Amino acid sequence: MIAPAQNILSSIGGLPEPANDEVVQAIDVRKNFGRLEVLKGVSLTVRRGEVVVIIGPSGSGKTTFVRCINHLEKIQGGRIFVNGHMIGYREARGRLVEDSGRNIARQRREIGMVFQRFNLFHHKTALGNVIEAPIQVLGMKRNEAVGVGRDLLARVGLASKADAYPAQLSGGQQQRVAIARALAMKPRLMLFDEPTSALDPEMIGEVLEVMRELAREGMTMIVVSHEMGFAREVADRVVMMDDGQILEEGPPAQLFGQPAHKRTQAFLSKIL
Amino acid sequence: MSFDWPFFWHYLFRPSGAYLHGLMLTVVLSVVAQSLGTILGLFAALGRMSRLTPLRLVVRAYIWIMRGTPLLVQIVFIYTGLAAGGIFRFQDISLGFMTIPGNVQAGLLALSLNEAAYMAEIIRAGIASVDHGQTEAAKSLGMTYGQLMRRIVLPQAARFVIPPLGNEFNAMLKNTTLVSVIGVPELLLTTETLTSATFRVFELYSVVALYYLTLTTIWGWVQARIEAKFGQSTAQAEVAPGFGERFFGRAIFGAARSKA
Ligand SMILES: Nc1ncnc2c1ncn2[C@@H]1O[C@H](COP(=O)(O)OP(=O)(O)OP(=O)(O)O)[C@@H](O)[C@H]1O
Ligand SMILES: [Mg+2]
Repeated sequence: MIAPAQNILSSIGGLPEPANDEVVQAIDVRKNFGRLEVLKGVSLTVRRGEVVVIIGPSGSGKTTFVRCINHLEKIQGGRIFVNGHMIGYREARGRLVEDSGRNIARQRREIGMVFQRFNLFHHKTALGNVIEAPIQVLGMKRNEAVGVGRDLLARVGLASKADAYPAQLSGGQQQRVAIARALAMKPRLMLFDEPTSALDPEMIGEVLEVMRELAREGMTMIVVSHEMGFAREVADRVVMMDDGQILEEGPPAQLFGQPAHKRTQAFLSKIL
Repeated sequence: MSFDWPFFWHYLFRPSGAYLHGLMLTVVLSVVAQSLGTILGLFAALGRMSRLTPLRLVVRAYIWIMRGTPLLVQIVFIYTGLAAGGIFRFQDISLGFMTIPGNVQAGLLALSLNEAAYMAEIIRAGIASVDHGQTEAAKSLGMTYGQLMRRIVLPQAARFVIPPLGNEFNAMLKNTTLVSVIGVPELLLTTETLTSATFRVFELYSVVALYYLTLTTIWGWVQARIEAKFGQSTAQAEVAPGFGERFFGRAIFGAARSKA
């Protein structure tokens, strides 16, 4: 049994306040892979401190949409603003052109991302994973980064695993390191793409517990997940995606209780 | 058959100053050409994977030419060919305490440029072996291309690059013999000079073969050390009973055992 996560954000000096009330504003986002249209005009606004859970059938574009928010994917139409700044593109003579690599990297600093398959740096220890970006990207002093890193790891229940390599950790432990790694950058927004779907059932709880605590502490989060219990308890809004579009959205009680669309009903009956 | 044993032992164990100089030149040429070739190869590998199409095409053409023509032809082309064509003539460079002759510069350049093409492919394959998720995680943390290459991708690619790099250096030690054609007095040319004075071809080529064998053997030993040391941190981590091994290991090996 792990100690329940508590006051996680205190180790990075408290909640990094988003500059804007609208942390994410996606407007009519369109994306295709070659001829395949994957996002067909997705619009979503996420406010400060909100937790939005995205659900939907496989291939509906959930992962792609979340990846567009930190410009891991280019978009072919629409705009995405994070904290009031357009992501990935700038306006030049009325047209959108992709921003420079350096600017994109700068924008990503304040957006934390947690991947389905953890993607921890294999050649670095848990602590090494957590302190890498603060030192390299933010120019933090090594001592300071180590202090913050150890504190973060302790608060996600991994104080004793700081010197372990990813291959020596269980999936649940790896994912908690990945969350600590993202938090070390003091992000104002956290993106989670099915953070528990690669985990064995007995490890899902420990990861959800950390995410629940983050939500309690006021972190703005977008979570792709089919963990209904988590969504019901933590989400401010649930968004149902289908075929590259947002079919409907609403508070969990409403969306799970009285879904407006047949397809939502059909989808929910499959996963509940 | 007459094998002059005393002559053989003499040249094997009491090499002349010129011979030792040749040996030194062989080692220095190999080390410098391999180092320059590796650095150039790294840039060529990155260029080969660039998003800029013209850059990619230029690097591909370069690799195609360097791997598709004999090294011997490249050496003669760069030293003699360029000079004959009135394009470029290598001049001796004086560094004060020593002089680097033009043919040594040309030989070094040819060996390095040729090696770069092979290293480019090796490094490219090494980079491609690193899981793309590593790059994405680094990007999502705000790392620039340079940072993620230097800190995340290349250190992991090194695992795949180091064994073939060792083999390349073994080949390099022997390929340096080719610069003898432009008059660089490395080990082979020194031997040839000696044979034309003594006509003891059999003995002297036995000696030079043993010298190369010694060099490559020493290198083989060093290489094994490097690989053992290098693989340590990652190998240790992978061997440790982690999540993957405990679950997949039991499932796979358990199934295999029950079948047997
Ligand atoms: N890199 C890619 N190249 C081509 N097609 C892609 C690529 N990534 C995703 N797709 C396609 O885009 C569509 C949406 O994929 P996406 O991964 O966003 O769906 P998802 O809703 O996250 O699904 P899942 O629940 O299975 O994770 C799918 O049809 C998928 O095959
Ligand atoms: Mg997905």
